Amino acid sequence: MSADAVRFSEERLAEIETLVKRYPGPQSALMPVLYMAQEDFGYLSMDTQKMIAGVLGLRLMQVREVVTFYTMFREQPCGTHLLEVCTNAGCMLNGAYELAEHMCKTLGIKMGETTPDGLFTIAEVECAGACGGAPVVQVNNIYHEKATPDSMDALITHVRAQAGGKA
Amino acid sequence: MTISSDPKQVKQICFDNINVPDMNKLAVAREHGAYAFLPTVLKEFDSAKIIDEVKTSGLRGRGGAGFPTGLKWSFVPRNTGKPTYLLCNADEGEPGTFKDRDIMRFDPHLLIEGMIMAGFALNVHDAYIYIRGEFLHEANVMNEAIAEAYAANLLGENILGSGYSMHLTVHRGAGAYICGEETALIESLEGKPGRPRFKPPFPAVEGFYGCPTVVNNVETLATVPAILEFGGQWHASIGVPNNTGCKIFSVSGHVNKPGNYEVPMGTSLKTLIEEYCGGLQHGTVPKVIIPGGSSTPWLTAEHYDTPLTYDALMKAGSFLGSGAIIVMDETADLVALTHRLAHFYAHESCGQCTPCREGTGWLERIMDRVEHGKGNAKDVAVLKDAATHMAGRTICALAEGAAAPVLSLLKFFPEDVKTRLAEKSS
Repeated sequence: MSADAVRFSEERLAEIETLVKRYPGPQSALMPVLYMAQEDFGYLSMDTQKMIAGVLGLRLMQVREVVTFYTMFREQPCGTHLLEVCTNAGCMLNGAYELAEHMCKTLGIKMGETTPDGLFTIAEVECAGACGGAPVVQVNNIYHEKATPDSMDALITHVRAQAGGKA
Repeated sequence: MTISSDPKQVKQICFDNINVPDMNKLAVAREHGAYAFLPTVLKEFDSAKIIDEVKTSGLRGRGGAGFPTGLKWSFVPRNTGKPTYLLCNADEGEPGTFKDRDIMRFDPHLLIEGMIMAGFALNVHDAYIYIRGEFLHEANVMNEAIAEAYAANLLGENILGSGYSMHLTVHRGAGAYICGEETALIESLEGKPGRPRFKPPFPAVEGFYGCPTVVNNVETLATVPAILEFGGQWHASIGVPNNTGCKIFSVSGHVNKPGNYEVPMGTSLKTLIEEYCGGLQHGTVPKVIIPGGSSTPWLTAEHYDTPLTYDALMKAGSFLGSGAIIVMDETADLVALTHRLAHFYAHESCGQCTPCREGTGWLERIMDRVEHGKGNAKDVAVLKDAATHMAGRTICALAEGAAAPVLSLLKFFPEDVKTRLAEKSS
């Protein structure tokens, strides 16, 4: 894809124009705009980052610095279902590592990998801020608290069945 | 508000309506007293009176540092010719902390009302809520509540005909723990990597885009409406002197009923764990209590009766921090836990100060060795040396937080480390 091919829709550009006005400077809109791009294009390719630099009037370096500093911005595509297992203190004390191992086994992949059918990516993340519901798994940013091997297996089976139904 | 005006009767402040269904909807929130006192504040109070009431209340920052809120507000210079900004710190990243999430998802109007009152006191016209990126649902709930508040003229231009205007924007972070540090938060909100700034200048003087800026935690701001309605003296009569009001404690780990509990300051650790959290999963006395989030030094069984106050926890050798209490019973593998936390801090160090960037890496690598049977007796000395030399030599407190679990492990449980070294290397 060339840089010209990655473009925000007119609606998005209008949304960005409004957004920029909420801040004293346009650079403040960078993180929200990166989220928009991730939503629209799935991940932040170099072409997308160049396009964003153009839209906000920033140098590519300013965009790159932010993309690479924050863990929630992705430069690579991931599965349609991103499973993020918190393994920090509260979750660890309530079986997060055992849960993560079980999920990897069910998926047939290692931590950090994507299933060949492109349905799932599993990642270990830092404290999700929901330790009262440990262990916590975020599925595309939706919190699943007090997750168990059974509840995660059910979720994986459900997603697979739905995808199978569509194919 | 629906809280008792008799301070002796008050058991909770921010969580007073936390279990009311649909409290996030403006109509329901109003039925429970939200924004009822706001017109009086906008009409009859001025900046000096609000700041005085907050000073009298004894309210201390609920995000971790415990700095007196009224005093922080009084540092903001006036008539600088620059705008003043109010930033709500909703980054909530300290492992063990999950209280602000409940305020935002269940009672967002309480936070909005607190921000309008704080903004009015500080002559702020643009305020922001910096919320951690993972809290997408909470950001959506906040945005819906803000839209309802705008529609009811509680936000925007000429609020309720008072002549005061304030705009409020929710801004999502993107998974960097360091952005909970207030100057890193400001950098991040400016669209940059979250690297803490050297202080001074403090944000009150030179913060967001070089302008006077106040950064307050969610729980701190959510306490302001009650203080203004019932008075600073009312708040100061709850809890114990110098540690006034109520505090939300996020309790996690090996307890039967983990969760958020708001209690008057001074309630004991033991009462909180036994009466509110249903006691421990195994045994009767905790092995370790981390009282204020993963960055605070550990307490052990001997501290079980400590009252939950800034002062008592400091006397016990730790901090109240954000009120994130991680409890461990005798089944906890403390070496593995310390390794996990060392990994966390190494991952989250922003990298600009050498003692932290290098030190957190050292701690992680050595703890990894110790946990996996490749350590040796010298490692203990190196751990102690590295951890001791990180603290106080960096721009922010992350390095100190990284050192705390390691130093606590070595101080209280040297036998656990020794056993591990002997067991695995043999």
